[in-house]
Amino acid sequence: MEQPFEYGGPRQRFAEKLVSLNWGLVLLLGVIGAVGIAMLYSAANGAWNPWAEKQAIRFGVAALVMLAAALVDLRFWYRIAYGFYGVVLLLLVAVEVRGAVGMGAQRWIDLGVIQIQPSEMMKIGAMLALARWFNGVPVEEIGRLSRLVVPALIILLPAVLVLKQPDLGTALMLVLGGGAMFFLAGVRLWQFGVVLAGALGAVPVAWRFLRDYQKNRIYTFLDPENDPLGAGYHSLQSKIAIGSGGLTGKGFLMGTQSHLSFLPEKQTDFIFTMLAEEWGLIGSLVLLGLYILVFVYGYAIAFRSRNHFGRLLALGITVNLFLYVFINTAMVIGIIPVVGVPLPLISYGGTAMLTVMFGFGLLMSVYIHRDTRLGRFGEGVD
Amino acid sequence: MGNKREQARGKLLTRRALLLAGGQLALLGTVAGRLYFLQVVQAGRYATLAEENRISIRLIAPPRGRIVDRFGVPLAGNRPTYRAVLVPDQSGDVGATLDAVSRLVTLTDSERRRVIRDIRAKHGFVPVVIRENMSWDEMARIEVNTLELAGVSIEQGRIRDYPFGDTVSHVVGYVAAVSEEDLAGSDDPLLELPDFRIGKNGIEKAYDLELRGTAGTSQVEVNAFGQVVRELAREEGMAGQEIALGIDMALQDLAMKRCAAEGSASCVLLDAWTGEVLALVSSPGYDPGDFTNGLSQATWQKLITDPLNPLSDKAISGTYAPGSTFKPLVAMAALDSGLVTPDTEFFCPGQFQIGNALFHCWKKGGHGAISIRRAIKESCDVFFYHAADVVGIDRIAAMANRFGLGVDLGIELPNARTGLIPTRAWKLATTGVTWQRGDTISCGIGQGYVAVTPLSLAIYAARLATGRAVAPRLVRAQGAMTADGQAADHISADFAPVGVADRYFTVVRNGMYDVVNEPHGTAYHARIDDPAFAMCGKTGTAQVHHIARDVRDHGIVTGTSVPWKDRDHALFIAFAPVAEPRYVCAVVVEHGGTSGGEGGAVAAPIARDVLLLAQQRDPARRVPAEPFGAPGKLAQE
Repeated sequence: MEQPFEYGGPRQRFAEKLVSLNWGLVLLLGVIGAVGIAMLYSAANGAWNPWAEKQAIRFGVAALVMLAAALVDLRFWYRIAYGFYGVVLLLLVAVEVRGAVGMGAQRWIDLGVIQIQPSEMMKIGAMLALARWFNGVPVEEIGRLSRLVVPALIILLPAVLVLKQPDLGTALMLVLGGGAMFFLAGVRLWQFGVVLAGALGAVPVAWRFLRDYQKNRIYTFLDPENDPLGAGYHSLQSKIAIGSGGLTGKGFLMGTQSHLSFLPEKQTDFIFTMLAEEWGLIGSLVLLGLYILVFVYGYAIAFRSRNHFGRLLALGITVNLFLYVFINTAMVIGIIPVVGVPLPLISYGGTAMLTVMFGFGLLMSVYIHRDTRLGRFGEGVD
Repeated sequence: MGNKREQARGKLLTRRALLLAGGQLALLGTVAGRLYFLQVVQAGRYATLAEENRISIRLIAPPRGRIVDRFGVPLAGNRPTYRAVLVPDQSGDVGATLDAVSRLVTLTDSERRRVIRDIRAKHGFVPVVIRENMSWDEMARIEVNTLELAGVSIEQGRIRDYPFGDTVSHVVGYVAAVSEEDLAGSDDPLLELPDFRIGKNGIEKAYDLELRGTAGTSQVEVNAFGQVVRELAREEGMAGQEIALGIDMALQDLAMKRCAAEGSASCVLLDAWTGEVLALVSSPGYDPGDFTNGLSQATWQKLITDPLNPLSDKAISGTYAPGSTFKPLVAMAALDSGLVTPDTEFFCPGQFQIGNALFHCWKKGGHGAISIRRAIKESCDVFFYHAADVVGIDRIAAMANRFGLGVDLGIELPNARTGLIPTRAWKLATTGVTWQRGDTISCGIGQGYVAVTPLSLAIYAARLATGRAVAPRLVRAQGAMTADGQAADHISADFAPVGVADRYFTVVRNGMYDVVNEPHGTAYHARIDDPAFAMCGKTGTAQVHHIARDVRDHGIVTGTSVPWKDRDHALFIAFAPVAEPRYVCAVVVEHGGTSGGEGGAVAAPIARDVLLLAQQRDPARRVPAEPFGAPGKLAQE
């Protein structure tokens, strides 16, 4: 006999929410953020300008956004999931249209105060929309094709738009993150096999859509030392920097590769290289360890949640974070091509910081509202 | 919607989530493993690559050694040059800065355009040259105002400097940019420096390695743009060696002025005891400084089209028929052979006939019965026709070689020539025609195939003066003479005897004494009146064109009535003082100089004045109080 249970849950008061906030995770993010600021300080040859100071301010602002998102009731996020996704998708289209009308690739929308990169926001938007969609699919119907068309479109529409920008890194993250959500939702493994086979078949077609510089990056990845002063330069110099760091590193502010400008993009995509050069294997493993702790928090929060939407959302955000970390580190150490994905909380950049911290806000919202129950069709939302 | 289904969904999710977590851990493990591989296993290799990236070895060019005269007067030195450079990054407003600069030193529009173009083409931190080779005044004006000229600074360099310009150009030579052939022939890394200059002629070329010195190195840290961040280590090179020449600039200067006044001429002054070259002049000269930064097309055209041929060092590479200056040599050969004695007389009716060929004496009426001493004094052609005919060309040639004619003298300069002393074998081998008696007759008066250089004439005169096989040298291995220690600086000149009996030398020297000091001597008007400084000498006139016999029959056409380039060369050799000859001089004035005169008229006065000053200064024995007031500022570097 089925135990009847109530949907919904108590509306917690603000103070209660604040107390139940996941302070350990906040502290952990603070530590990682501090490492990032330290690296940016070093990237500017030991100066707060031009990066470290701005990054610190952004980190503060993003932390406030995170807290706000955490304190907002999860049911609110459930309610606006599709709307949020829709708005971001429109922004992506807007960017695309303006890029076509204007000159060259334009990934930004200038809101005057800050510039918004819709492709970054889409990483969260897609997770929200997928979490809500799969929350509404009963376990026995998950394999049905009719149930998979919409979520596939949720991923592929923005992925194609982003790829046209062209931003291979973000497109890759959307597809891999979306795939992970499908997997978590319980889609049959053979269906993945079919998709994978289809994807492989589409490679020659996709190749034609890649820009020359993207093709070059892949060639370069396959044989980086072939062209050490040309396209392979970034990759090779990055490996030299990391390798020469050795076990213990050259010391804070002492990285020769970074400070003598052999290392490109040292404040953004290649900041991990600089960290590995200055702090060595020990430093880089410690940073990876910090990220793993964050992932553990993410999984733990997912498992503690008593609603499917929350669990999917928490896992989706964790996977998203993982993809940032893995793609970035794997690219700078030369095990995947250079695709332009920042290292979360450490690379210099406003939108990525805001996106990641907003994601953590949602994660914490899942934690605070872990006992809220939501039905397949939104029962309990009100 | 039942609780069970919800639980089943939760279980599925958990299972899948754990699988996913496992996959993620594995991927991060790959990253960690790769990091271990890069940072531990291959750390050494990458550490080396990083060092190679950042450390660059820069060469430091050593200062080139100076070339000085016998008393240390610099003939080639290094002058500091100044150039103004602009670092656009430090300038802020490049246009305003250039405006400010042009208020101090005028910049032309094209200079300005070039600067702007250079700035656009380079990184902002790369210094762009505003003005090269600035004068001291311009440099000072900018230096004083650097506070108002953001990003402008003065760089100091060195440039080869030749304070005497064309006066000693052929001896000193010049430096110029390194050519492809220079690079191919040497592995000295200095040659690859963009501003490096290499000796291309004269002593600068012959002693290039000594003057050059060895490169220093500076180990610098550079960034990815090649910009030097700091110096890590420095190893000083060795400055080039100073080369002291035997040249006395005061004598060189006098000789050059006198030669230049005659157009194309050369003069060699030797210390016969040591072989030191005291003056080596070829006029006109050129300014070696013009070559340092590359000749302009106009300058080059002017140099190579000049009929006086300034680029050629006529003193060592010009070859001339010695004319009558060859007669003492023929006399030596004749006396040494024993076929002619000091008292042998030949009759000079004014001409000499062999078969159908008629050889004239310069004196239409002839000299009558004449013996060797007077034949030298009055330069009787017929006597020497007879003497040469009796002795034969091969004896003459052998004697000529013993006196340094037609042989390599080993002077330390590139492009020296030996001249030509013909023999029977030579003529047969070269022309395929056997030697004719008439050939010998021509050679008897220094015409025909005989060709000598002014330097070899001076050596020949020195050997006549001393009886020893004097050999020339330009470079003083012992360095410049100093007033204190080695003032006299006697070098034992262990030259081997020429190997002709002293009494024959006496006869010939007496003849040469008479040439200058006795009335009717061909250079009597060029004598030195002070008996202590008196000289012996021999005039000569070398035919440039074979003058047709009919012209000869009506007397030799001289003076300005024939075109300059067809006129005869005027020659003179001399040594002094008479009692104990030490200073030896040879002068060749091409085409008789501006007056078209003969050896006695044009060349002898030059030799006289040079020999007189040489004896008054006596540079072989002492350092004069005032070595030579060199023109212009002399770099002491």
